[in-house]
Amino acid sequence: MPNALPFKRLTTNSTEWITVYIEGQPVKIRQGDSAAAAVLVAGLQPSRTTVVSGSGRAPYCMMGVCFECLLKIDGVENVQGCMTPACDGMQIVSQQQARQLNRTDFSDSDLSSANLSNKNLTDKKNEDPSV
Amino acid sequence: MTQFSTDSQRRADVCVLGGGIVGLAVALGLQRNGLSVTILDEGDSALRASRGNFGLVWVQGKGDTLPEYAAISRLSAQLWANHAQQLKDATGIDVQLQQRGGLFLCLSEPELRERQAMLTRMRVAAGGDYPFETLDLQQLREFIPEAGPEVAGATWGPEDGHLNPLLYLRAMTEHFLQRGGKIDNSGKISRIEPTDSGFTLTSDAGQWHGDQVVLAAGLGNRDLAPQVGLSAPLVPNRGQVLICERVKPFLNYPTGHVRQTNEGTLQLGDSKEDVGFDPGTTTDVIAKIAHRASQMFPLLRDVRLIRAWGALRVMTPDGYPLYEASKQYPGAYLVTCHSGVTLGALHEGPIADWIASDRTELPLEVFNAKRFTL
Amino acid sequence: MNIPVYDLVIIGAGPAGMSAAATASSHGLKIVILDEQTAPGGQIYRSISNPAIADENILGADYYHGRSLLTAMRYANVDYLPGSIVWAVSPDLSISFSRAGKSSQIKAKKLLIATGAQERPVPFPGWTLPGVLTCGAAQILLKSSGLTPAAPLILAGSGPLLLLIAAQLNRAGVEIEAILDTTPKGRYLKSLRYLPAALRNLPLLIKGVGLLVELKRSGIRYVNNVSQLKALPGSNQLLSKLQYSVDNRIETSSCTTLLVHQGVVPNVQLTRALQLEHQWDELQQCWKPSLDSWGESSQAGIFVAGDSGGIAGARAAEYMGELTAQRIAQQLGKLNKESLLKQTAKAGRLLYQQQAIRPFLDAMYQPADEFLKPSDETLVCRCEEVTAGQIRGMVAQGCTGPNQTKAFSRAGMGPCQGRLCGLTVAQIIADERKVPVKDVGYYKIRSPIKPLTIGEIADLAE
Repeated sequence: MPNALPFKRLTTNSTEWITVYIEGQPVKIRQGDSAAAAVLVAGLQPSRTTVVSGSGRAPYCMMGVCFECLLKIDGVENVQGCMTPACDGMQIVSQQQARQLNRTDFSDSDLSSANLSNKNLTDKKNEDPSV
Repeated sequence: MTQFSTDSQRRADVCVLGGGIVGLAVALGLQRNGLSVTILDEGDSALRASRGNFGLVWVQGKGDTLPEYAAISRLSAQLWANHAQQLKDATGIDVQLQQRGGLFLCLSEPELRERQAMLTRMRVAAGGDYPFETLDLQQLREFIPEAGPEVAGATWGPEDGHLNPLLYLRAMTEHFLQRGGKIDNSGKISRIEPTDSGFTLTSDAGQWHGDQVVLAAGLGNRDLAPQVGLSAPLVPNRGQVLICERVKPFLNYPTGHVRQTNEGTLQLGDSKEDVGFDPGTTTDVIAKIAHRASQMFPLLRDVRLIRAWGALRVMTPDGYPLYEASKQYPGAYLVTCHSGVTLGALHEGPIADWIASDRTELPLEVFNAKRFTL
Repeated sequence: MNIPVYDLVIIGAGPAGMSAAATASSHGLKIVILDEQTAPGGQIYRSISNPAIADENILGADYYHGRSLLTAMRYANVDYLPGSIVWAVSPDLSISFSRAGKSSQIKAKKLLIATGAQERPVPFPGWTLPGVLTCGAAQILLKSSGLTPAAPLILAGSGPLLLLIAAQLNRAGVEIEAILDTTPKGRYLKSLRYLPAALRNLPLLIKGVGLLVELKRSGIRYVNNVSQLKALPGSNQLLSKLQYSVDNRIETSSCTTLLVHQGVVPNVQLTRALQLEHQWDELQQCWKPSLDSWGESSQAGIFVAGDSGGIAGARAAEYMGELTAQRIAQQLGKLNKESLLKQTAKAGRLLYQQQAIRPFLDAMYQPADEFLKPSDETLVCRCEEVTAGQIRGMVAQGCTGPNQTKAFSRAGMGPCQGRLCGLTVAQIIADERKVPVKDVGYYKIRSPIKPLTIGEIADLAE
């Protein structure tokens, strides 16, 4: 739960305001804020715990260098918060140590669905890599 | 840094050239035999196959055309538990050895059949004593439920395993120093001269003297071996390995291409490339490794790659090790292979004993370099 | 797969990248900019296309100068690809980059690396606590979001950016508890010999003095000769107190946010991965790629401009970008040597003026030893949580360089890929071995230079 003193907003140029959810709580932020900035606005610190010792960390460099702002964003773990623009409705929670992979358990019954997802994969591969 | 200035400090019963996994294991075994050992090593930017290692203690499929190699690989795997325990007792470092069996996944039916046939041949050559099983996809999923639908099946080797190669390197280094061994990494040895009482070794940083000398310098052996009447026809073979972020444990067994370390890191390997002395990484090979790994385990698609590295394997023309004593200059030995982890326990044990006593029950005559000139 | 080919690929859209793009496009080159950020400006002109703060006095005129670069870039014929993370460059100049979760490849005839600087890692006990941020981070939050740090707020460190961010926050009405200047005693004297050369850039010197006067007038407590920084946690794992020493006296202050700064260093991740030649800059205490006077590296066709080629500041980066782009155009046959010299004369003069002040600033603000070679208890590798003491122990065991300590301790193996520990580890090893840092070297950096998913890479395989 957000518990730290929040960063404060100065008077800004007009823009859209959006709502993100930090650990489930709605927080109004400015369009263009990064997910890491949103965490500081909400006062969610620490915003992650480390894989080695479980100690608490929070955004440090804000420019993609330090990887301290890793967050779970919209269900995806270990996302670099400072490099991720926030968008309306985004769900942001703290990253707890090592990430958990979403297991794909292919039991016999869903072999067909597994084949299906594999087909999607092939389709993606054939897309023209437009630059 | 230890400074070696006086003559007495620059003498040892045995000088081991190379402080990688091979050199350290042999050096530990020589110390166990009561010998004083000095390791002569290069600095930070050496090629270092030991630091680019996949960490498998692997038996299945090794030595398909040379039963003696299959035999020593298995012997080493059997000696490994004891080797790991001794390192732990001495240094407190757990090298995370796990020998609960390993899997080799095949992506097509023909590949699986071919592999099964090869392992069957090896079983025959071993007189029937060569444990393995062939698994179809459904059977494989009992071991690893995440195996993808493109996998045809796998072979299971109950004697296979893995460990953390960096901790292994560190544990051996600590144990070697604890026992009073010396490591001089001030420079590459450029000259070995046989003398009346042994060998004089020269680097930019000075000279060393050893009654015996063991060449365990990986690719560096190429230039060193001829100086003591041996030959080391080695070529570099690049392997690239992908290292991913740590994830919570899901892969309970090592596989030939993907393994998860105790820390949660995923390693994806590896390539076999003949590119000379270039240990770099290349995008096309990285992409192929990633593609194959995600065919085997589709859930890996979401995992982030943190880094990749290339390292140079130390390969003989037939891929098998060289273990040879110099006839021309008694006291000089050559020990080189590309499976330093699997063979680590063998090197610390019977191989070191052979060098210490000049006697062995191992069939080492098949591992000398004459096989390349016949 | 048909890979698009560009005359010039520019990595980074800071001052060097923006000005290079504008210049090169005037010669009709086919250009693409791959920018990690979502909008042009780099870090120094971050969000310049859409500044967050209404009051332009807060950031000051130097920031809004970026608009001129932005305008020039907009009028130029350039493909601009924001949100593009370059993760590999092959020696044949094939570039792999990730954009919106998908990787693509393009090929360059000439490559310009303009990836800028990163803040020098500032290790001290407690620097990993939530609440400790870099001064650069605070400035980014200010520029892109108009956000200011929670009080009580302390700034600690050394260098022009420390003073600038203090002034900007002060103008924004943020209460600053104290500025703790860690510049060691005697630095002012040491830097004096470089002052005559620095006078060639009088306007910048005057600006610097102006900042000091502004801060003095603000009444913010300014403490000189600070050392032995130590951040202490409260009961909730967050920064709560800052302990420091001044004149051999230990002081403690309550502190919710601590902004630290010890200068900036070139971002060498890509130039290292390309195995370009690098040199150690003793005055700046950092590595930089070896470049000729046009910014061309040890590999023909690969150029570096701006702070990623050596720290010289935003204006120097702008002029260097222009020079480099002209040289590239000349190499591609768009102008002859004579017109090259003519067309670059002005930028060359301006660049020289900018560079003239650096030795003075670098000598004055060289970090104190405690940040270069921190105490044993200090974490140096934040990712793998390895302390300075552990690194020293490994040197005693015979590790001679950072690649060996990496193998022994995992320092440098985490997601930041050594960006936050590489310099420190090398400094510690050099100090223990009593050899120069240049003899110790740096991590071997390999692609990918940014993490990306296995699926994304796998899709590149045919």
